[in-house]
Amino acid sequence: MSQQIFHDSPSDLAHKTKWLSGRVAVYGALILWAIICLFPIYWTITTSFKMAPDVMRGNLIPFWDYQPKWLGWRSLGISPDTIGAESTVREEFLKRFLNSVITALSASALAVFLGSLAAYGLSRFSYRFGFMRNSDISFFFLSQLILPPVVLALPFLVLYKSLALLDTRIGLILLYTLTVLPIVIWIMRDQFAGIPKELEEAALVDGLSIWGAFATIVLPIALPGMVAAFILSLVLTWNEYFFAALLTSTHANTLPVMVASQTGSQGISWWSMAALSFAAILPLIVIGILLERYIIKGMAAGAVK
Amino acid sequence: MAEQGDFLHVVTTDNLSSRRMALGRAIIWGSAGFLAVVALAQTLQETGYADFGFSTWRPTLYAYVLWAICLCWGQVLIRGEQGKRVLFVLPAALFVISMVVFPLLFGLVIAFSDWNLSSPTGRTFNGLDNIRQMWNDDFYWNALANMVRYTLAIIVEYAIAFGLALLLNSQIRARKFFRVAFLMPLMLSPVAVSWMIGKSMMEIRFGPLARLARELGWDSPSFFGSPEMARFTIMVMDAWTYIPFMMIMILAGLQAIPKDIQEAAKVDGARAWRGFWEVTFPLMLPVSITVILIRIIFKLKLADIIINVTAGGPGGATDSVTSFIFREYRDRSNVGYGTLLAMFYLVLIVIAITIVMKLTDRWARPRY
Repeated sequence: MSQQIFHDSPSDLAHKTKWLSGRVAVYGALILWAIICLFPIYWTITTSFKMAPDVMRGNLIPFWDYQPKWLGWRSLGISPDTIGAESTVREEFLKRFLNSVITALSASALAVFLGSLAAYGLSRFSYRFGFMRNSDISFFFLSQLILPPVVLALPFLVLYKSLALLDTRIGLILLYTLTVLPIVIWIMRDQFAGIPKELEEAALVDGLSIWGAFATIVLPIALPGMVAAFILSLVLTWNEYFFAALLTSTHANTLPVMVASQTGSQGISWWSMAALSFAAILPLIVIGILLERYIIKGMAAGAVK
Repeated sequence: MAEQGDFLHVVTTDNLSSRRMALGRAIIWGSAGFLAVVALAQTLQETGYADFGFSTWRPTLYAYVLWAICLCWGQVLIRGEQGKRVLFVLPAALFVISMVVFPLLFGLVIAFSDWNLSSPTGRTFNGLDNIRQMWNDDFYWNALANMVRYTLAIIVEYAIAFGLALLLNSQIRARKFFRVAFLMPLMLSPVAVSWMIGKSMMEIRFGPLARLARELGWDSPSFFGSPEMARFTIMVMDAWTYIPFMMIMILAGLQAIPKDIQEAAKVDGARAWRGFWEVTFPLMLPVSITVILIRIIFKLKLADIIINVTAGGPGGATDSVTSFIFREYRDRSNVGYGTLLAMFYLVLIVIAITIVMKLTDRWARPRY
């Protein structure tokens, strides 16, 4: 056995253990928080495949301490054995799902359309509507963020009632557009400010009109920002519950309203609630994983000027 | 227009014929007149002077939309190139004005009336009765106090979010995975979260969190038993949803700090701890204030989780203003009183936010 001649000095070794413990602490904290974030989702997925005894025993890991069953999904009518059969619950679910998709997509599209135009105008031209200058108009749009939904909710309830817009998708779409519009304008203003105006000036010299330059030169460059604003709006409108609960009753209910209405009535039949909840959050989980880049971009636009 | 000057300089030669401008004015005033006629006809019917066979106010709405379109079109006809510029902002402005200003004015009228939607008598003006009722409504004041408590919880949320952002900004592997994982809670609908966490994971008998609490030595875990505990649980659930939001914005701020500033501090011999407090944190102050302000604005809308998990209980202890008004309407369908409460809340918010913005404006200047 040979004697080791060269040693790391004790102070260097101490440095190494310190570095190592630092790494362990960092990764420990990261993993702990990842578990805090992901466990509820994991819990919901696994619970949707449980049966009553599994729930009561608190089994956590499928195939290891319980055998997954399609119980929860059968109650929704989307398990393998019920998918072919008629199912009123499934039809109900699909109707709500469709309502959510239509309202979220249209509201986000409308908000991005209106918001991008306004943000572009505000970043390029000076306006004067009465006493309002550009900064006042911007503030007017952004100040809508402060408005809590509850202030508008009851007047809208009455207004929609007299306009026969209660319980319609259009009514919801208009309100949702309003709630996300300030956020879209905020993100897009930032985007357009980052595009050099010489580009449009060149296009204008070449004979394009303002709208032509906007559509052919500016829009393609600002597209990533628009996607970010769109996705962020989609997340907010898909999850919106308050207005939907107040303004819809039978026809235009969105998915959150359906989930909420089932919450109390199901008692301990967790499997079906878990299946329903998971079906409601699945689209956004997919969007979150695939388009995480855009969501972060959208939120970062507001933070850093 | 002239004093400010456009940011985008365009030289245009507009030869607008007088006929074109006249046409523009004609369609704007024509459609406005049409709107006035339709609205007047409906008002007459509503008050019982005449009957035109309208069943809803839809015709007025359509006339209004027509007028809005004509207004936009008329701008181009009358003002040419300038009108085309106005066309960028006008649709959004009209949309917001018609969706916010009208309902708010209408809400002011409702707020001072006694209006039970389910009763046949309709709206009756009752002056200051609603204010008197609000003054004596302990549940409402409790809800307001709760909003202050919930808002104070943002400080803790901010600290956690800052810590997580620092972790994500350090040299780590699998950064993308952690970022996606940390973002997840924000994507989930609060209603689903209410069930997933509030109703099942915190269920006293079978919920995994209750089991964990029992393992840790809490004999009879009840997350919604006492008012303090219930409030705390609501705060935790709301924090869980929104910490990713603050984290991402802080992370963006951290990444925008020039690397050489931190390196210079390191070279100067600053330890990590002092480097953070004396370099990173002051540089992050503007971003932090933006983040906290936006978070406060979102926090003031807090309702979904409370409505679905505790419904305000136990005994109204967890109510936020929004959830309180929601239940006030659901239980008694009293539109008038609910609107007054909401309006009062709005006034408080505007005052508070203005003060906060004025205060922060002073020490939000970046000290590079």
